[in-house]
Amino acid sequence: MTNLSVFISVPLVAAFFIPVVSRKVKWFPDVCGILTTFLLLLLSLQTMNQETVYSMGNWPAPYGIVLVLDGFSCLLLIVINLIGFISTLFSFEYIERFYTSKLRYYSLFLLMLAGMNGVVLTGDLFNLYVFLEIASIASYALVGFGCYSRELEASFKYLVMSTIASSFILLGVALIYGRFASLNIAHIALLIKQYGMNETMVFSFVLLLVGFGVKAAIVPFHAWLPDAHPSAPAPISAMLSGVVIKALGIYVIVRLVYNLFGMTPLISNLLIYSGVISMMIGVLMALGQWDFKRLLACHSISQMGYIVLGFGLGTPLGILGGAFHLFNHSLFKSLLFLNSGSVEYETETRNLEKLGCLSQKMPVTSATSLIASLSISGIPPFNGFWSKLIIIIAAVQAGKPVFALWAVIGSILTLASFSKIQRYAFFGHGRHFDESTHKNIKEVPGLMKMSMIILAILCTITGLLLINGTNGIFSPVVNDLTQGPVPYIEKILGYEFTNISGLFGN
Amino acid sequence: MNREKKTGMSLIVQTVTRWLKGFIFMFGIYLAFYGHLTPGGGFSGGVVIATTFVLLTLAFGRERSLSKLGKVLASVLDCSGALLFLLIATLGILFGGAFFVNFLEKWFPSVNFRLFSAGTIPLSNISIAIKVGASLFMVFIILAVRRVVEVGGRRKLISTEFFETSEKRKDK
Repeated sequence: MTNLSVFISVPLVAAFFIPVVSRKVKWFPDVCGILTTFLLLLLSLQTMNQETVYSMGNWPAPYGIVLVLDGFSCLLLIVINLIGFISTLFSFEYIERFYTSKLRYYSLFLLMLAGMNGVVLTGDLFNLYVFLEIASIASYALVGFGCYSRELEASFKYLVMSTIASSFILLGVALIYGRFASLNIAHIALLIKQYGMNETMVFSFVLLLVGFGVKAAIVPFHAWLPDAHPSAPAPISAMLSGVVIKALGIYVIVRLVYNLFGMTPLISNLLIYSGVISMMIGVLMALGQWDFKRLLACHSISQMGYIVLGFGLGTPLGILGGAFHLFNHSLFKSLLFLNSGSVEYETETRNLEKLGCLSQKMPVTSATSLIASLSISGIPPFNGFWSKLIIIIAAVQAGKPVFALWAVIGSILTLASFSKIQRYAFFGHGRHFDESTHKNIKEVPGLMKMSMIILAILCTITGLLLINGTNGIFSPVVNDLTQGPVPYIEKILGYEFTNISGLFGN
Repeated sequence: MNREKKTGMSLIVQTVTRWLKGFIFMFGIYLAFYGHLTPGGGFSGGVVIATTFVLLTLAFGRERSLSKLGKVLASVLDCSGALLFLLIATLGILFGGAFFVNFLEKWFPSVNFRLFSAGTIPLSNISIAIKVGASLFMVFIILAVRRVVEVGGRRKLISTEFFETSEKRKDK
């Protein structure tokens, strides 16, 4: 049984320890960052197949803050800490080259990690808001880390939009607290079951949906993402696109919809339509981009659409597809951002028109990016194919074949835009390609190569998780979500409490 | 005295600041120490402590306040406040079995409504006050004093003194 508070306390201790020590010891930030994220990865892998409720300060559930580990939290914990570890591996040499202050970088990185771990673990609505703000504020600073005018502008835009979203969330939480005088998610769910929804609760649900929709960059609220994600350093882009929008956005929306408010056909339709719209608009935006990282960022919107569509269908197969695509997308999108970072590391440009012929000079980067591109476009042996297939089958089974058709079209357009990257950057060359600037290009150094290779291997083999691994990682997710709020309530509050409230025991 | 007149604000402001700074600082400490009994607490106490240094900076210029609380010291205090808070929380696992357990309460069952009561709560308040005071002062100093400058192809945060002198060099 893992002590759940370590996921919050370990990165926080490391984050505050780094600035104190590394004024004297120069190698400390790298070593501490990599060791901490590795430790967190091991701890998160240990939580598989466990279900734990941990009361902070020994205060029992509806009064104190609880940390809840169930299948869905476990999946997100593994995703966060896996991508976190690989990004720190990549940062070791990358940050040295472009940016100055390693101690601030690692400190903020670990703060962001602590915030996200807190968001996926907490069972308390206001605590969730606090962790959300920790993660968001660290990510604002990391987006503007390069301090050039474009980066600062993107960071400011992200800050303004995300803060508006946060205030919506805070207002929603306040309205719920005003109605029920409780902040525990399970307790609120119980009270909603008892007293039903009224206008205030519907309003607060809409506020929460809009707030977390901005964090998840679902289409009407996506404007900050194509600026913010490319501006960050490459490992941070990998974190932002691979993990942050999922942990702060999709995870909370799904948790609220399935475990707090309960799924209804109206919410299901809302999620499906917004998912399909973001799928199409994201990929159409991506087709026209010439900036390597901006293209990838636009694709994040599109792939988030698939995940929202999967979860929005509400059927067990749809949830399985959504969760699986969430996992897969974090792998291949992080890999693609790390590839773009390596290309920038060697050529100092991200403009696809100026790049060319990198497949001979950077074989590892080229091969891994080919694997990632094939995965994201849904080509059979790779993981992206299986998750998209499940989502499409689920849409057909749920009696919504039109949305399945849209998902197929989105996938074809994804393939088109990734052939553009492969054509201009790796196998062919762009219009303004200059042979002389590309003479001294060689493969990136060791740890960067290693992190990309790890992700590429994972992209290739995680399709196998569907065969027998579903009972390990994904079937708890499906179980947790399909059974609705009641098991979640009973798990956290205990049978006695729920029986005293006179809802389930007759 | 001459130097202060040149850098800071008017004599009236400086005199009033000299009289008040101690009281404001004391009030901040009071808010933090009595946080478990009266309105206030670590955060508000820390903010009031930080305003003392902000007032010093405004009235006398940055040299005066930075001589009292240097940048390195402020950064170390900032981190050590957070680490202290985490230490108190983690000791809860050791002595009470869960994160954030109020373990002192069990050892010294205290009389209510006294300064030394409520177990670890006052200690947490004090560490939060250190953290918030130092980091708010840092935020003010960073915004007021430091600029982003390009040095040898890289962007760095450095003090404006350096910025001003390098600008002057360019003019010459």
